[in-house]
Amino acid sequence: MNTLEIKNLNVTIDGQRILKDFSLTLPKGEVHALMGPNGTGKSTLAKALSGHEDYEIESGEALLDGEDIIGMEPDEIARAGLFMAFQYPSEIPGVTIANFIRAALTARLNEGETFRAPDFYKELYARMDELKIDRKFTSRFVNEGFSGGEKKRCEILQMAMLKPRYAIMDETDSGLDIDALKIVAEGVNKMRGPDLGILIITHYQRLLNYIVPDKVHVMADGAIVRSGGPELALELEEKGYESVTAEPAGASS
Amino acid sequence: MSTETLSVGTGAIGDADIFAARQEFSGGLPDWFTTMQREHWTRFLESPDPTRLDETWRFSDLRPLSKIAGFVPTPFEKPDADDLIARSNTVKNPAGQLVFVDDNLAAARVMDAELEKKGVIFTTLFDALNNHGDLVREYFMKETPQLGSEKYEALHVALVRSGVFLYVPDGVEVDRPFVVYNWTQQEKGAVFPHTLFVSGKHSKSTLVEFQRAASTETEHLVISNAHVFSGDGSETNHRIIQDWNTKTLSFQLNTNNADRDTNAKSIIVNVGSSQARQEVHGKIFGSGSNVEMYSVNVPRKDQQFDQRTLQTHLAPHSRSDLLFKNALLDKSRTIFSGLIIVEEGAQQTDAYQTNNNLMLSGDAESNALPGLEIKANDVKCSHGATTGRIDESNLFYFLARGITRSKAHELIVFGFLEEVIEKFGDEALEDYVRGRLAEKSLA
Repeated sequence: MNTLEIKNLNVTIDGQRILKDFSLTLPKGEVHALMGPNGTGKSTLAKALSGHEDYEIESGEALLDGEDIIGMEPDEIARAGLFMAFQYPSEIPGVTIANFIRAALTARLNEGETFRAPDFYKELYARMDELKIDRKFTSRFVNEGFSGGEKKRCEILQMAMLKPRYAIMDETDSGLDIDALKIVAEGVNKMRGPDLGILIITHYQRLLNYIVPDKVHVMADGAIVRSGGPELALELEEKGYESVTAEPAGASS
Repeated sequence: MSTETLSVGTGAIGDADIFAARQEFSGGLPDWFTTMQREHWTRFLESPDPTRLDETWRFSDLRPLSKIAGFVPTPFEKPDADDLIARSNTVKNPAGQLVFVDDNLAAARVMDAELEKKGVIFTTLFDALNNHGDLVREYFMKETPQLGSEKYEALHVALVRSGVFLYVPDGVEVDRPFVVYNWTQQEKGAVFPHTLFVSGKHSKSTLVEFQRAASTETEHLVISNAHVFSGDGSETNHRIIQDWNTKTLSFQLNTNNADRDTNAKSIIVNVGSSQARQEVHGKIFGSGSNVEMYSVNVPRKDQQFDQRTLQTHLAPHSRSDLLFKNALLDKSRTIFSGLIIVEEGAQQTDAYQTNNNLMLSGDAESNALPGLEIKANDVKCSHGATTGRIDESNLFYFLARGITRSKAHELIVFGFLEEVIEKFGDEALEDYVRGRLAEKSLA
């Protein structure tokens, strides 16, 4: 039950099948990395699981602690506990970061619960300090005029505030310089724990030097072709995707 | 209703003797004023109705104009409106406050005694005509928008009997706003609120006008005029929150007149009216000035907002910035027609004109007619109009954070409008406007 279990997922976009019987189990408390060359379907997996309407799910299941999220609305999936850190976060004119996160938290309140602004700001400032985000950013409009690193830190800030059960981080390392990468990694490492499962989608091994995964999966042509420990990422870095994916698939967990 | 009701002034605008009947009650007013009213009545009668061939009425729905003759100028009487007076409390601790119901002063004038000592005048137009006649005469209808509603402006001047005169003497700075509430109440009533805001040299002041209806069910005609004269080095802030009921045909005919080195800022929020015609003419007479004209419009259902603007630069080295943001719901329509004129000799002018339309319904319609007319050769001018829908990838970003679709729409629309709302520079008023828009237009 305490897993995000993706079973035989088949996803098409514009009639073309991208994910082919994709299966992956992410236990809560673990960090898995999903690696692979461009165009193998990594980001498609992230978008499809988030409920994006452009991605048609032909068959398969995605059980979030036992509850199938396939077919649910994107906002329902998010409230069920799945967080997506975007590769290219949207810029939202006129909506401040504080108001945006506040709206997301308010949407999660149960009947009879009220939003407590002082507690919210206290936590928000603490998280911002950890991620080295200037407190003035609370009144900045979401991602508007942010650098690449600021956008990614803002994604991690949202993740920290929303406390998902599972998080998918889609190419979070792209466009980050080494300092920003370290800050982001540090933020993610602080969140690691028994209540959160993280799937890091990345093209490069670099981020995994700072966020050491429990498992590494290699994807090719819409499915996982190899799985292993953190050493697999190093092997990829050394030998390249072609030779690694050519070898027989290891036992998928 | 009050027992003080008088027996005249109850005819409709279309009645032959309505003007004469109302003039019987203008005793004591200066001759120049009553003469001007008579001339304008003639001008009203003789002016042709607008047609769609007129450039200034392009795309406008002219049908409601034929109903003007049937509206009844509200009678001269002290209104019985304790609840409306009680509800005239949006701005706490104003520098001065006037409350009108159906063009009659409803509550005792509020005015800071200290400011009175400094020579600030904040009173009804008629009181000002009686007691500061020469000062009023210097500015009254000195400038007009000249944007197409001359016939209705003439009707306004002929029948005006209510309004506000704010005069801030040289060097006087007032941080708290002066506040006016105009309420409509009587079924089929016609009102003609007039605002004359004169700021002396190096003075600073703010005037906020709330336009409201007592009921959602009554029909009204409103022809308002507001004219701001910003003296050398002064800062003027003029805000109008147009919130008449949706059975009101309204006109707001404004000029913003800037002398040298002024900071003249106006914001108009349009929430109410079935059809709201808004004419704004910024006239820059002096150099070194900054004139800002902003507007937030959220029409819904069958509402039509008809916006005509003009920025005229007569002097060099000044800046004007005009931004009209429209978020259209349901079957609503907007027409934005804006022109920048830079006169010969107005070198080094910076003039900007922007109209953004956010279409929230497939049935809504926005029309944009931006224009430039530049007679100087060393200027920076830009104009632009955009029309778009909610960006799907932005919407998905909200949804992916668990925010519901309807809340996401609301936040995106407010985000779109925020660029203007934040220019109020008064948090309480900004929150009031946000709340009012949420309640009335986006609920």
